[in-house]
Amino acid sequence: MNEIIALLFIIAGITFDLFGCIGLVRLPDVYNRLQASTKCVTLGTCSILFGVFIKFGFSAAGVKALICIVFLLLTTPVAAHALARGAHRSGIKLWKDSVCDRYAQDRKLK
Amino acid sequence: MNFLRWLAGFSGLAGLIIFIFVFLPASPVTKLILYLLLCFLLAIFRIFRGPTAADRSVATDIIGILVVGFCAIMAVYTKKDWYIDIAIAWALQGFIGTLALAKFLEGKSFDE
Repeated sequence: MNEIIALLFIIAGITFDLFGCIGLVRLPDVYNRLQASTKCVTLGTCSILFGVFIKFGFSAAGVKALICIVFLLLTTPVAAHALARGAHRSGIKLWKDSVCDRYAQDRKLK
Repeated sequence: MNFLRWLAGFSGLAGLIIFIFVFLPASPVTKLILYLLLCFLLAIFRIFRGPTAADRSVATDIIGILVVGFCAIMAVYTKKDWYIDIAIAWALQGFIGTLALAKFLEGKSFDE
């Protein structure tokens, strides 16, 4: 029973990973690609690690997988935010159909 | 022309997914590892193709997160514990590398 639940979690995680990577290839802009791929791939990898935790239980490997989940959930949004800020400051334009750009308005106000 | 490119990419990706799922004689965990390698292939395509440096940085970040999941699946596949240690170390290293790349994109010096 545990094996089946772990395999279901791992299948869900790999599905999220695949969708995130398709978004990375398909979308038109740096910011769109960042928004699609980072969220999907983070959730997918955390789901895979949770499946590993269910499979191994409260042994050394399972607890290490839980620690890895916490670490990923803390660090990946920080890295994505830093990348978006750096890309915007280095002067990369938005896609031509994007509707608003709050960060540029805020920087112009200062 | 644009539609033809879209059709070629879509049919190639769907064909690979259906081929792995239906026709390949392998165990289920091996098929899952093959799907994860397909994700790596898509991210490497974005690294080759990306118009700006920021696209390549995003794809490198994504590959760093995918390696963590790959190590977790290999821990299930081979029943060895130490793959999880590699996953934790790789997550830390990828985070620091991505922060350095973002600083570099911003155009300032590193010791600010």
